[in-house]
Amino acid sequence: MGLIIAIAIVSLLYQPYDPSDTSGGRLVAPSLAHWAGTDQLGRDLLTRLMMGAKIALLAGGGSVIIGGVLGIVLGLGAAFATRWLDDTLSAVLDILIAFPTLLLAMLVIAAQGASLGSAVLAIGLAMSAIVARLVRILAKRVLAQDYITAARTSGSSWPSIIGHHILPNIWPTVLVSLAIQFGAAVLAEASLSYLGLGAPPPNPSWGALLQQAQATVYTAPFGAIAPGILLVLLVVGMNLLADGLRDVGDPTQRRRA
Amino acid sequence: MAVYLLRRLVFLLVSLLLASAVLFALLRLLPGDPANALLSVGATAEQIQAARQSIGSDLPLGQQFVTWLGHIFTLDLGTSFISGVPVGPDIASRLVVTIPLTLISFVLAVLIAVPVGYVAARRSHRWYGITLSGVSQFGLAVPIFWIGILLISYFALTLRALPAGGFPRQDWADPLDAIRSLTLPVITITIVMTASITRYVRSATLDVLGSDYLRTARSLGASFRQAMWHHGLRNASVPVVAILGIELATTFLGAVVVESVFALPGLGNMLLTGIAQHDYPVIQGVLLVSTFLVLIVGFIADVVQRLIDPRLRGNMTGQRVAVVR
Repeated sequence: MGLIIAIAIVSLLYQPYDPSDTSGGRLVAPSLAHWAGTDQLGRDLLTRLMMGAKIALLAGGGSVIIGGVLGIVLGLGAAFATRWLDDTLSAVLDILIAFPTLLLAMLVIAAQGASLGSAVLAIGLAMSAIVARLVRILAKRVLAQDYITAARTSGSSWPSIIGHHILPNIWPTVLVSLAIQFGAAVLAEASLSYLGLGAPPPNPSWGALLQQAQATVYTAPFGAIAPGILLVLLVVGMNLLADGLRDVGDPTQRRRA
Repeated sequence: MAVYLLRRLVFLLVSLLLASAVLFALLRLLPGDPANALLSVGATAEQIQAARQSIGSDLPLGQQFVTWLGHIFTLDLGTSFISGVPVGPDIASRLVVTIPLTLISFVLAVLIAVPVGYVAARRSHRWYGITLSGVSQFGLAVPIFWIGILLISYFALTLRALPAGGFPRQDWADPLDAIRSLTLPVITITIVMTASITRYVRSATLDVLGSDYLRTARSLGASFRQAMWHHGLRNASVPVVAILGIELATTFLGAVVVESVFALPGLGNMLLTGIAQHDYPVIQGVLLVSTFLVLIVGFIADVVQRLIDPRLRGNMTGQRVAVVR
Protein backbone atom coordinates (compact mmCIF):
# COMPACT_ATOMS: atom_id res chain seq x y z
CA MET A 1 0.00 0.00 0.00
CA GLY A 2 2.63 2.48 1.09
CA LEU A 3 4.76 1.19 -1.76
CA ILE A 4 2.12 2.12 -4.33
CA ILE A 5 1.71 5.61 -2.89
CA ALA A 6 5.47 5.99 -2.97
CA ILE A 7 5.54 4.89 -6.61
CA ALA A 8 2.85 7.40 -7.47
CA ILE A 9 4.69 10.23 -5.73
CA VAL A 10 7.98 9.33 -7.39
CA SER A 11 6.24 9.26 -10.77
CA LEU A 12 5.29 12.90 -10.27
CA LEU A 13 8.90 13.90 -9.77
CA TYR A 14 10.84 11.50 -11.88
CA GLN A 15 10.07 9.22 -14.78
CA PRO A 16 12.77 6.98 -16.22
CA TYR A 17 11.56 7.74 -19.74
CA ASP A 18 9.19 10.13 -21.38
CA PRO A 19 5.82 8.33 -21.38
CA SER A 20 5.43 8.86 -25.11
CA ASP A 21 9.04 8.01 -25.92
CA THR A 22 8.98 5.06 -28.31
CA SER A 23 12.73 4.66 -28.75
CA GLY A 24 13.12 1.54 -26.62
CA GLY A 25 12.30 -1.03 -29.29
CA ARG A 26 9.05 -2.99 -29.30
CA LEU A 27 8.15 -5.60 -26.73
CA VAL A 28 11.65 -5.74 -25.31
CA ALA A 29 11.86 -8.08 -22.32
CA PRO A 30 12.80 -6.57 -18.94
CA SER A 31 16.41 -5.40 -18.83
CA LEU A 32 18.58 -2.89 -17.02
CA ALA A 33 17.55 -0.08 -19.33
CA HIS A 34 13.84 -1.00 -19.11
CA TRP A 35 13.11 -2.69 -15.80
CA ALA A 36 9.66 -3.81 -16.78
CA GLY A 37 10.24 -4.10 -20.53
CA THR A 38 8.49 -2.10 -23.25
CA ASP A 39 5.07 -2.33 -24.89
CA GLN A 40 4.16 -2.87 -28.52
CA LEU A 41 4.84 0.76 -29.35
CA GLY A 42 8.20 0.70 -27.60
CA ARG A 43 7.08 2.74 -24.62
CA ASP A 44 8.80 2.02 -21.34
CA LEU A 45 6.46 -0.08 -19.21
CA LEU A 46 7.92 0.98 -15.87
CA THR A 47 7.07 4.59 -16.67
CA ARG A 48 3.57 3.61 -17.68
CA LEU A 49 3.14 1.47 -14.59
CA MET A 50 4.18 4.38 -12.41
CA MET A 51 1.70 6.67 -14.10
CA GLY A 52 -0.88 3.93 -13.69
CA ALA A 53 -0.29 4.01 -9.94
CA LYS A 54 -1.27 7.65 -9.95
CA ILE A 55 -4.44 6.90 -11.91
CA ALA A 56 -5.37 4.01 -9.63
CA LEU A 57 -4.97 6.17 -6.53
CA LEU A 58 -6.88 9.04 -8.14
CA ALA A 59 -9.70 6.67 -9.09
CA GLY A 60 -9.86 5.13 -5.64
CA GLY A 61 -9.53 8.46 -3.83
CA GLY A 62 -11.97 10.30 -6.06
CA SER A 63 -14.64 7.62 -5.76
CA VAL A 64 -14.19 7.43 -2.01
CA ILE A 65 -14.55 11.21 -1.68
CA ILE A 66 -17.69 11.33 -3.83
CA GLY A 67 -19.15 8.20 -2.28
CA GLY A 68 -18.18 9.21 1.24
CA VAL A 69 -19.50 12.76 1.20
CA LEU A 70 -22.69 11.91 -0.65
CA GLY A 71 -23.20 8.79 1.40
CA ILE A 72 -22.76 10.51 4.75
CA VAL A 73 -25.08 13.38 3.81
CA LEU A 74 -27.75 11.02 2.47
CA GLY A 75 -27.38 8.65 5.39
CA LEU A 76 -27.66 11.41 8.00
CA GLY A 77 -30.56 12.86 6.06
CA ALA A 78 -32.39 9.54 6.14
CA ALA A 79 -31.65 9.07 9.84
CA PHE A 80 -33.18 12.43 10.69
CA ALA A 81 -35.98 12.40 8.15
CA THR A 82 -39.62 11.73 8.83
CA ARG A 83 -40.65 8.13 8.63
CA TRP A 84 -42.13 8.39 5.18
CA LEU A 85 -39.05 10.01 3.66
CA ASP A 86 -36.80 7.61 5.49
CA ASP A 87 -38.67 4.60 4.11
CA THR A 88 -38.55 5.98 0.60
CA LEU A 89 -34.85 6.75 0.82
CA SER A 90 -34.11 3.30 2.21
CA ALA A 91 -36.07 1.61 -0.56
CA VAL A 92 -34.20 3.62 -3.21
CA LEU A 93 -30.88 2.79 -1.57
CA ASP A 94 -31.79 -0.90 -1.50
CA ILE A 95 -32.51 -0.87 -5.20
CA LEU A 96 -29.28 1.00 -5.90
CA ILE A 97 -27.25 -1.44 -3.84
CA ALA A 98 -28.76 -4.45 -5.57
CA PHE A 99 -27.77 -2.80 -8.82
CA PRO A 100 -24.40 -3.92 -10.18
CA THR A 101 -21.82 -1.13 -10.03
CA LEU A 102 -20.57 -1.96 -13.47
CA LEU A 103 -24.01 -1.50 -15.00
CA LEU A 104 -24.42 1.84 -13.26
CA ALA A 105 -20.99 2.89 -14.49
CA MET A 106 -21.86 1.91 -18.03
CA LEU A 107 -25.03 3.96 -17.81
CA VAL A 108 -23.09 7.04 -16.74
CA ILE A 109 -20.46 6.40 -19.38
CA ALA A 110 -23.08 5.88 -22.07
CA ALA A 111 -24.46 9.28 -21.11
CA GLN A 112 -21.22 11.16 -20.42
CA GLY A 113 -18.64 9.53 -22.66
CA ALA A 114 -15.66 7.52 -21.47
CA SER A 115 -13.21 9.35 -19.23
CA LEU A 116 -11.59 8.93 -15.85
CA GLY A 117 -14.08 11.48 -14.51
CA SER A 118 -17.12 9.49 -15.68
CA ALA A 119 -15.70 6.30 -14.23
CA VAL A 120 -14.97 7.91 -10.88
CA LEU A 121 -18.36 9.61 -10.78
CA ALA A 122 -20.15 6.35 -11.52
CA ILE A 123 -18.19 4.32 -9.00
CA GLY A 124 -18.61 7.06 -6.40
CA LEU A 125 -22.37 7.11 -6.95
CA ALA A 126 -22.66 3.37 -6.53
CA MET A 127 -20.53 3.58 -3.41
CA SER A 128 -22.57 6.40 -1.90
CA ALA A 129 -25.61 4.12 -1.64
CA ILE A 130 -23.63 1.61 0.39
CA VAL A 131 -22.11 4.27 2.63
CA ALA A 132 -25.47 5.98 3.07
CA ARG A 133 -27.14 2.83 4.28
CA LEU A 134 -24.36 2.17 6.74
CA VAL A 135 -24.41 5.77 8.04
CA ARG A 136 -28.18 5.69 8.39
CA ILE A 137 -28.15 2.58 10.56
CA LEU A 138 -25.24 3.79 12.69
CA ALA A 139 -26.66 7.27 13.15
CA LYS A 140 -30.05 5.88 14.16
CA ARG A 141 -28.37 3.75 16.77
CA VAL A 142 -26.57 6.79 18.22
CA LEU A 143 -29.71 8.92 18.06
CA ALA A 144 -31.54 6.46 20.29
CA GLN A 145 -29.00 6.98 23.09
CA ASP A 146 -29.88 8.89 26.22
CA TYR A 147 -27.03 11.33 25.92
CA ILE A 148 -28.56 12.70 22.74
CA THR A 149 -31.74 13.51 24.63
CA ALA A 150 -29.61 15.03 27.37
CA ALA A 151 -27.72 17.16 24.85
CA ARG A 152 -31.01 18.29 23.32
CA THR A 153 -32.50 19.30 26.67
CA SER A 154 -29.37 21.21 27.57
CA GLY A 155 -29.89 23.28 24.45
CA SER A 156 -27.48 21.91 21.85
CA SER A 157 -28.56 22.45 18.27
CA TRP A 158 -28.83 19.49 15.88
CA PRO A 159 -25.79 20.54 13.85
CA SER A 160 -23.70 20.66 17.00
CA ILE A 161 -25.02 17.25 18.07
CA ILE A 162 -24.05 15.85 14.69
CA GLY A 163 -20.60 17.34 15.04
CA HIS A 164 -20.02 16.42 18.67
CA HIS A 165 -21.82 13.13 19.15
CA ILE A 166 -22.88 11.43 15.96
CA LEU A 167 -19.89 11.84 13.67
CA PRO A 168 -17.26 10.89 16.27
CA ASN A 169 -19.29 7.82 17.16
CA ILE A 170 -19.87 6.52 13.66
CA TRP A 171 -16.56 7.64 12.17
CA PRO A 172 -14.43 4.54 12.92
CA THR A 173 -16.89 2.15 11.27
CA VAL A 174 -17.43 4.43 8.30
CA LEU A 175 -13.69 4.79 7.82
CA VAL A 176 -13.22 1.02 7.71
CA SER A 177 -15.97 0.71 5.16
CA LEU A 178 -14.43 3.49 3.05
CA ALA A 179 -11.07 1.74 3.13
CA ILE A 180 -12.64 -1.45 1.77
CA GLN A 181 -14.55 0.54 -0.82
CA PHE A 182 -11.30 2.16 -1.93
CA GLY A 183 -9.95 -1.20 -2.99
CA ALA A 184 -13.19 -2.11 -4.68
CA ALA A 185 -13.19 1.21 -6.53
CA VAL A 186 -9.68 0.62 -7.84
CA LEU A 187 -10.75 -2.79 -9.14
CA ALA A 188 -13.88 -1.32 -10.72
CA GLU A 189 -11.86 1.39 -12.46
CA ALA A 190 -9.40 -1.21 -13.73
CA SER A 191 -12.28 -3.26 -15.14
CA LEU A 192 -13.69 -0.22 -16.87
CA SER A 193 -10.33 0.76 -18.37
CA TYR A 194 -9.81 -2.83 -19.42
CA LEU A 195 -13.07 -2.56 -21.34
CA GLY A 196 -11.90 0.74 -22.80
CA LEU A 197 -14.46 2.72 -20.80
CA GLY A 198 -12.05 4.38 -18.38
CA ALA A 199 -9.41 7.03 -18.93
CA PRO A 200 -8.89 7.17 -22.72
CA PRO A 201 -5.47 6.31 -24.25
CA PRO A 202 -2.64 7.16 -24.00
CA ASN A 203 -3.48 7.23 -20.27
CA PRO A 204 -1.90 4.11 -18.84
CA SER A 205 -4.40 2.86 -16.27
CA TRP A 206 -3.43 -0.61 -15.07
CA GLY A 207 -6.59 -2.01 -16.56
CA ALA A 208 -5.71 -0.51 -19.93
CA LEU A 209 -2.15 -1.84 -19.64
CA LEU A 210 -3.52 -5.34 -19.07
CA GLN A 211 -5.79 -5.03 -22.04
CA GLN A 212 -2.83 -4.02 -24.19
CA ALA A 213 -0.73 -6.82 -22.77
CA GLN A 214 -3.36 -9.41 -23.54
CA ALA A 215 -2.91 -8.82 -27.27
CA THR A 216 0.77 -9.70 -27.00
CA VAL A 217 0.63 -12.16 -24.12
CA TYR A 218 2.13 -14.96 -26.19
CA THR A 219 5.22 -13.08 -27.36
CA ALA A 220 5.65 -10.86 -24.32
CA PRO A 221 4.04 -12.36 -21.21
CA PHE A 222 5.91 -9.96 -18.86
CA GLY A 223 3.55 -7.10 -19.75
CA ALA A 224 0.59 -8.96 -18.31
CA ILE A 225 2.20 -9.76 -14.99
CA ALA A 226 3.27 -6.47 -13.42
CA PRO A 227 0.01 -4.47 -13.65
CA GLY A 228 -1.94 -7.39 -12.23
CA ILE A 229 0.43 -7.87 -9.32
CA LEU A 230 0.33 -4.16 -8.51
CA LEU A 231 -3.46 -4.18 -8.57
CA VAL A 232 -3.64 -7.16 -6.25
CA LEU A 233 -1.06 -5.60 -3.92
CA LEU A 234 -2.96 -2.34 -3.73
CA VAL A 235 -6.29 -3.97 -3.03
CA VAL A 236 -4.95 -6.53 -0.54
CA GLY A 237 -3.03 -3.71 1.16
CA MET A 238 -6.18 -1.62 1.39
CA ASN A 239 -8.16 -4.54 2.84
CA LEU A 240 -5.45 -5.21 5.41
CA LEU A 241 -5.45 -1.52 6.29
CA ALA A 242 -9.21 -1.75 6.77
CA ASP A 243 -8.76 -4.74 9.08
CA GLY A 244 -6.15 -2.82 11.03
CA LEU A 245 -8.43 0.20 11.33
CA ARG A 246 -11.23 -2.03 12.54
CA ASP A 247 -9.03 -3.46 15.27
CA VAL A 248 -7.95 0.01 16.36
CA GLY A 249 -11.47 1.41 16.23
CA ASP A 250 -13.32 -1.49 17.81
CA PRO A 251 -11.38 -4.06 19.83
CA THR A 252 -14.48 -6.24 20.30
CA GLN A 253 -14.54 -7.05 16.59
CA ARG A 254 -11.02 -8.41 16.60
CA ARG A 255 -10.45 -11.68 14.80
CA ARG A 256 -13.70 -11.60 12.85
CA ALA A 257 -13.95 -11.34 9.10
CA MET B 1 -47.60 -15.88 1.71
CA ALA B 2 -50.01 -15.31 -1.18
CA VAL B 3 -50.59 -11.74 -0.08
CA TYR B 4 -46.90 -11.19 0.24
CA LEU B 5 -46.23 -12.67 -3.19
CA LEU B 6 -48.79 -10.36 -4.69
CA ARG B 7 -47.37 -7.31 -2.93
CA ARG B 8 -43.83 -8.21 -3.85
CA LEU B 9 -44.95 -8.74 -7.43
CA VAL B 10 -46.48 -5.27 -7.51
CA PHE B 11 -43.24 -3.93 -6.04
CA LEU B 12 -41.34 -5.73 -8.81
CA LEU B 13 -43.55 -4.22 -11.49
CA VAL B 14 -43.19 -0.74 -10.01
CA SER B 15 -39.43 -1.05 -9.89
CA LEU B 16 -39.37 -2.34 -13.46
CA LEU B 17 -41.35 0.70 -14.54
CA LEU B 18 -39.14 2.99 -12.46
CA ALA B 19 -36.02 1.43 -13.90
CA SER B 20 -37.25 1.98 -17.45
CA ALA B 21 -38.01 5.60 -16.63
CA VAL B 22 -34.55 6.16 -15.14
CA LEU B 23 -32.91 4.44 -18.09
CA PHE B 24 -34.89 6.52 -20.51
CA ALA B 25 -34.05 9.77 -18.70
CA LEU B 26 -30.35 8.95 -18.40
CA LEU B 27 -29.97 8.07 -22.03
CA ARG B 28 -31.66 11.29 -23.12
CA LEU B 29 -28.83 13.09 -21.34
CA LEU B 30 -26.54 11.84 -24.10
CA PRO B 31 -25.03 14.86 -25.76
CA GLY B 32 -26.51 15.46 -29.18
CA ASP B 33 -29.46 13.91 -30.90
CA PRO B 34 -29.51 10.14 -31.26
CA ALA B 35 -30.33 10.75 -34.90
CA ASN B 36 -26.73 11.92 -35.38
CA ALA B 37 -25.62 8.31 -35.35
CA LEU B 38 -27.63 7.75 -38.53
CA LEU B 39 -26.07 10.64 -40.38
CA SER B 40 -22.75 11.31 -41.97
CA VAL B 41 -20.88 14.58 -41.59
CA GLY B 42 -22.35 17.39 -43.65
CA ALA B 43 -25.91 16.13 -43.74
CA THR B 44 -28.44 18.71 -44.90
CA ALA B 45 -31.15 20.10 -42.65
CA GLU B 46 -33.78 18.00 -44.46
CA GLN B 47 -31.76 14.84 -43.99
CA ILE B 48 -31.43 15.59 -40.29
CA GLN B 49 -35.15 16.20 -40.06
CA ALA B 50 -35.90 12.96 -41.89
CA ALA B 51 -33.57 11.00 -39.65
CA ARG B 52 -35.12 12.45 -36.53
CA GLN B 53 -38.56 11.61 -37.82
CA SER B 54 -37.61 8.07 -38.69
CA ILE B 55 -36.58 7.33 -35.10
CA GLY B 56 -39.08 9.67 -33.49
CA SER B 57 -36.58 11.87 -31.65
CA ASP B 58 -38.43 15.00 -32.89
CA LEU B 59 -41.42 14.18 -30.69
CA PRO B 60 -41.87 15.59 -27.17
CA LEU B 61 -40.03 13.58 -24.48
CA GLY B 62 -43.20 12.40 -22.74
CA GLN B 63 -44.59 11.04 -25.95
CA GLN B 64 -41.27 9.32 -26.74
CA PHE B 65 -41.37 7.64 -23.37
CA VAL B 66 -44.91 6.37 -23.78
CA THR B 67 -44.12 5.05 -27.24
CA TRP B 68 -41.06 3.32 -25.85
CA LEU B 69 -43.03 1.73 -23.02
CA GLY B 70 -45.56 0.51 -25.57
CA HIS B 71 -42.76 -1.05 -27.56
CA ILE B 72 -41.40 -2.78 -24.48
CA PHE B 73 -44.77 -4.38 -23.82
CA THR B 74 -44.83 -5.76 -27.32
CA LEU B 75 -41.21 -6.89 -26.87
CA ASP B 76 -40.10 -4.62 -29.68
CA LEU B 77 -36.75 -3.07 -28.80
CA GLY B 78 -36.17 -1.36 -32.11
CA THR B 79 -33.44 -2.02 -34.66
CA SER B 80 -29.75 -1.25 -34.47
CA PHE B 81 -28.72 2.03 -36.12
CA ILE B 82 -25.51 0.52 -37.38
CA SER B 83 -26.34 -2.98 -38.55
CA GLY B 84 -30.10 -2.63 -39.00
CA VAL B 85 -30.60 -5.89 -37.07
CA PRO B 86 -33.60 -5.97 -34.71
CA VAL B 87 -32.32 -5.57 -31.15
CA GLY B 88 -34.70 -8.01 -29.43
CA PRO B 89 -33.77 -11.16 -31.38
CA ASP B 90 -30.11 -10.14 -31.29
CA ILE B 91 -30.24 -9.97 -27.48
CA ALA B 92 -31.96 -13.35 -27.39
CA SER B 93 -29.18 -14.90 -29.45
CA ARG B 94 -26.56 -13.38 -27.11
CA LEU B 95 -28.30 -14.76 -24.05
CA VAL B 96 -27.61 -18.23 -25.41
CA VAL B 97 -23.99 -17.52 -24.48
CA THR B 98 -24.33 -15.28 -21.43
CA ILE B 99 -26.92 -17.26 -19.49
CA PRO B 100 -25.15 -20.64 -19.58
CA LEU B 101 -21.87 -18.88 -18.78
CA THR B 102 -23.37 -17.19 -15.73
CA LEU B 103 -25.48 -20.06 -14.47
CA ILE B 104 -22.81 -22.76 -14.77
CA SER B 105 -20.28 -20.57 -12.94
CA PHE B 106 -22.88 -19.74 -10.33
CA VAL B 107 -23.76 -23.36 -9.61
CA LEU B 108 -20.10 -24.38 -9.49
CA ALA B 109 -19.23 -21.49 -7.19
CA VAL B 110 -22.05 -22.33 -4.79
CA LEU B 111 -21.09 -26.01 -4.75
CA ILE B 112 -17.50 -25.13 -3.87
CA ALA B 113 -18.05 -22.09 -1.66
CA VAL B 114 -20.63 -23.52 0.75
CA PRO B 115 -18.50 -26.42 2.07
CA VAL B 116 -15.30 -24.35 1.92
CA GLY B 117 -16.87 -21.44 3.78
CA TYR B 118 -18.31 -23.82 6.35
CA VAL B 119 -14.96 -25.45 7.00
CA ALA B 120 -13.24 -22.07 7.13
CA ALA B 121 -15.65 -21.06 9.91
CA ARG B 122 -15.84 -24.36 11.77
CA ARG B 123 -12.05 -24.66 11.87
CA SER B 124 -11.33 -20.95 12.06
CA HIS B 125 -8.48 -21.51 14.49
CA ARG B 126 -6.82 -24.34 12.63
CA TRP B 127 -4.22 -23.62 10.01
CA TYR B 128 -6.40 -24.83 7.14
CA GLY B 129 -9.34 -22.74 8.27
CA ILE B 130 -7.14 -19.68 8.34
CA THR B 131 -5.59 -20.58 5.00
CA LEU B 132 -9.00 -21.02 3.37
CA SER B 133 -10.24 -17.64 4.51
CA GLY B 134 -6.91 -16.04 3.59
CA VAL B 135 -7.13 -17.47 0.09
CA SER B 136 -10.72 -16.28 -0.33
CA GLN B 137 -9.69 -12.82 0.90
CA PHE B 138 -6.96 -12.83 -1.72
CA GLY B 139 -9.31 -14.04 -4.44
CA LEU B 140 -11.45 -10.97 -3.89
CA ALA B 141 -8.54 -8.64 -4.56
CA VAL B 142 -7.63 -10.17 -7.91
CA PRO B 143 -9.08 -8.41 -10.95
CA ILE B 144 -11.26 -10.89 -12.82
CA PHE B 145 -9.85 -10.06 -16.24
CA TRP B 146 -6.33 -10.69 -15.01
CA ILE B 147 -7.27 -14.23 -14.00
CA GLY B 148 -8.70 -14.63 -17.47
CA ILE B 149 -5.52 -13.41 -19.14
CA LEU B 150 -3.34 -15.70 -17.02
CA LEU B 151 -5.56 -18.70 -17.76
CA ILE B 152 -5.42 -17.93 -21.46
CA SER B 153 -1.68 -17.58 -21.48
CA TYR B 154 -1.25 -20.91 -19.72
CA PHE B 155 -4.05 -23.23 -20.87
CA ALA B 156 -4.61 -21.81 -24.33
CA LEU B 157 -1.20 -20.53 -25.42
CA THR B 158 1.29 -22.69 -23.54
CA LEU B 159 -0.60 -25.98 -23.23
CA ARG B 160 -2.82 -25.34 -26.26
CA ALA B 161 -5.46 -27.38 -24.50
CA LEU B 162 -8.39 -25.01 -24.86
CA PRO B 163 -9.40 -22.20 -27.21
CA ALA B 164 -8.17 -18.73 -26.17
CA GLY B 165 -11.49 -17.17 -27.01
CA GLY B 166 -14.43 -17.02 -29.36
CA PHE B 167 -17.54 -19.13 -29.58
CA PRO B 168 -18.65 -21.56 -32.28
CA ARG B 169 -20.61 -19.86 -35.01
CA GLN B 170 -23.44 -22.41 -34.83
CA ASP B 171 -23.92 -21.73 -31.11
CA TRP B 172 -24.82 -25.00 -29.42
CA ALA B 173 -25.10 -27.10 -32.60
CA ASP B 174 -21.90 -28.83 -31.50
CA PRO B 175 -22.27 -28.88 -27.71
CA LEU B 176 -18.75 -30.17 -27.12
CA ASP B 177 -17.25 -27.27 -29.03
CA ALA B 178 -19.41 -24.79 -27.16
CA ILE B 179 -18.45 -26.28 -23.82
CA ARG B 180 -14.78 -26.13 -24.73
CA SER B 181 -15.07 -22.41 -25.50
CA LEU B 182 -16.88 -21.80 -22.26
CA THR B 183 -14.51 -23.77 -20.03
CA LEU B 184 -11.93 -21.06 -19.37
CA PRO B 185 -14.47 -18.25 -18.96
CA VAL B 186 -16.46 -20.39 -16.54
CA ILE B 187 -13.33 -21.17 -14.49
CA THR B 188 -12.47 -17.47 -14.42
CA ILE B 189 -15.86 -16.39 -13.10
CA THR B 190 -16.07 -19.34 -10.72
CA ILE B 191 -12.77 -18.41 -9.04
CA VAL B 192 -13.83 -14.87 -8.21
CA MET B 193 -17.38 -15.81 -7.32
CA THR B 194 -16.26 -18.64 -5.06
CA ALA B 195 -13.95 -16.30 -3.17
CA SER B 196 -16.76 -13.87 -2.56
CA ILE B 197 -19.44 -16.39 -1.58
CA THR B 198 -17.01 -18.25 0.67
CA ARG B 199 -16.54 -15.13 2.77
CA TYR B 200 -20.27 -14.73 3.31
CA VAL B 201 -20.82 -18.40 4.06
CA ARG B 202 -17.96 -18.26 6.54
CA SER B 203 -19.25 -15.21 8.35
CA ALA B 204 -22.84 -16.55 8.42
CA THR B 205 -21.56 -19.84 9.84
CA LEU B 206 -19.46 -18.02 12.45
CA ASP B 207 -22.57 -16.13 13.53
CA VAL B 208 -24.49 -19.36 13.96
CA LEU B 209 -21.63 -21.13 15.72
CA GLY B 210 -21.48 -18.35 18.28
CA SER B 211 -25.24 -18.16 18.76
CA ASP B 212 -27.12 -18.76 21.99
CA TYR B 213 -29.72 -21.05 20.42
CA LEU B 214 -27.07 -23.44 19.20
CA ARG B 215 -25.56 -23.62 22.68
CA THR B 216 -29.01 -24.12 24.20
CA ALA B 217 -29.78 -26.93 21.78
CA ARG B 218 -26.47 -28.57 22.63
CA SER B 219 -27.08 -28.22 26.36
CA LEU B 220 -30.45 -29.90 25.89
CA GLY B 221 -28.63 -32.91 24.61
CA ALA B 222 -28.68 -32.47 20.85
CA SER B 223 -25.55 -33.63 19.12
CA PHE B 224 -23.65 -30.99 17.19
CA ARG B 225 -24.92 -32.45 13.93
CA GLN B 226 -28.56 -32.36 15.06
CA ALA B 227 -28.28 -28.82 16.42
CA MET B 228 -26.63 -27.60 13.25
CA TRP B 229 -29.14 -29.39 11.03
CA HIS B 230 -32.26 -28.23 12.87
CA HIS B 231 -31.28 -24.72 13.88
CA GLY B 232 -28.03 -23.68 12.28
CA LEU B 233 -28.69 -24.43 8.64
CA ARG B 234 -31.85 -22.40 8.32
CA ASN B 235 -30.44 -19.42 10.19
CA ALA B 236 -27.20 -19.37 8.29
CA SER B 237 -28.85 -19.69 4.91
CA VAL B 238 -30.82 -16.43 5.05
CA PRO B 239 -27.91 -14.02 4.61
CA VAL B 240 -26.28 -16.46 2.21
CA VAL B 241 -29.34 -16.51 -0.04
CA ALA B 242 -29.37 -12.71 0.08
CA ILE B 243 -25.80 -12.55 -1.12
CA LEU B 244 -26.36 -15.26 -3.71
CA GLY B 245 -29.07 -13.15 -5.30
CA ILE B 246 -26.77 -10.17 -5.54
CA GLU B 247 -23.87 -12.32 -6.72
CA LEU B 248 -25.93 -13.82 -9.51
CA ALA B 249 -27.10 -10.41 -10.65
CA THR B 250 -23.62 -8.92 -10.45
CA THR B 251 -22.06 -11.81 -12.29
CA PHE B 252 -24.58 -11.56 -15.03
CA LEU B 253 -23.12 -8.14 -15.74
CA GLY B 254 -19.64 -8.92 -14.55
CA ALA B 255 -19.76 -11.35 -17.44
CA VAL B 256 -19.23 -8.26 -19.61
CA VAL B 257 -15.60 -8.21 -18.59
CA VAL B 258 -15.06 -11.92 -18.98
CA GLU B 259 -16.84 -11.99 -22.31
CA SER B 260 -14.50 -9.28 -23.43
CA VAL B 261 -11.42 -11.20 -22.27
CA PHE B 262 -12.47 -14.32 -24.16
CA ALA B 263 -14.09 -12.54 -27.11
CA LEU B 264 -17.41 -14.27 -26.47
CA PRO B 265 -20.40 -12.96 -28.42
CA GLY B 266 -22.49 -12.41 -25.30
CA LEU B 267 -24.71 -9.65 -24.04
CA GLY B 268 -21.81 -7.66 -22.58
CA ASN B 269 -20.02 -7.63 -25.88
CA MET B 270 -23.11 -6.29 -27.55
CA LEU B 271 -23.32 -3.48 -24.98
CA LEU B 272 -19.67 -2.54 -25.44
CA THR B 273 -20.00 -2.35 -29.21
CA GLY B 274 -23.18 -0.38 -28.76
CA ILE B 275 -21.46 2.17 -26.53
CA ALA B 276 -18.46 2.46 -28.84
CA GLN B 277 -20.67 3.06 -31.89
CA HIS B 278 -23.22 5.28 -30.11
CA ASP B 279 -25.77 2.72 -31.21
CA TYR B 280 -28.71 4.01 -29.25
CA PRO B 281 -31.30 1.23 -29.55
CA VAL B 282 -28.66 -1.38 -28.74
CA ILE B 283 -27.50 0.38 -25.56
CA GLN B 284 -31.06 0.97 -24.49
CA GLY B 285 -32.16 -2.57 -25.19
CA VAL B 286 -29.26 -4.33 -23.51
CA LEU B 287 -29.37 -2.13 -20.42
CA LEU B 288 -33.12 -2.62 -20.18
CA VAL B 289 -32.95 -6.39 -20.44
CA SER B 290 -30.09 -6.65 -17.95
CA THR B 291 -31.79 -4.33 -15.47
CA PHE B 292 -34.93 -6.43 -15.68
CA LEU B 293 -32.94 -9.59 -15.11
CA VAL B 294 -31.26 -8.03 -12.07
CA LEU B 295 -34.60 -7.00 -10.60
CA ILE B 296 -36.15 -10.40 -11.27
CA VAL B 297 -33.24 -12.19 -9.59
CA GLY B 298 -33.72 -9.85 -6.60
CA PHE B 299 -37.39 -10.80 -6.54
CA ILE B 300 -36.59 -14.52 -6.48
CA ALA B 301 -33.97 -14.05 -3.76
CA ASP B 302 -36.44 -12.13 -1.58
CA VAL B 303 -39.14 -14.77 -1.95
CA VAL B 304 -36.73 -17.60 -1.16
CA GLN B 305 -35.47 -15.76 1.93
CA ARG B 306 -38.99 -15.36 3.16
CA LEU B 307 -39.72 -19.01 2.67
CA ILE B 308 -36.70 -19.81 4.80
CA ASP B 309 -37.18 -17.22 7.50
CA PRO B 310 -40.70 -16.37 8.70
CA ARG B 311 -39.27 -13.54 10.82
CA LEU B 312 -38.87 -11.48 7.67
CA ARG B 313 -42.66 -11.20 7.48
CA GLY B 314 -43.63 -7.56 7.28
CA ASN B 315 -40.52 -6.61 5.41
CA MET B 316 -40.98 -6.02 1.75
CA THR B 317 -37.47 -6.89 0.73
CA GLY B 318 -35.11 -9.35 2.30
CA GLN B 319 -31.76 -8.69 3.82
CA ARG B 320 -29.38 -6.79 1.64
CA VAL B 321 -25.67 -7.20 1.71
CA ALA B 322 -23.48 -4.58 0.16
CA VAL B 323 -20.83 -5.38 -2.39
CA VAL B 324 -19.15 -3.32 -5.02
CA ARG B 325 -17.71 -5.10 -7.97
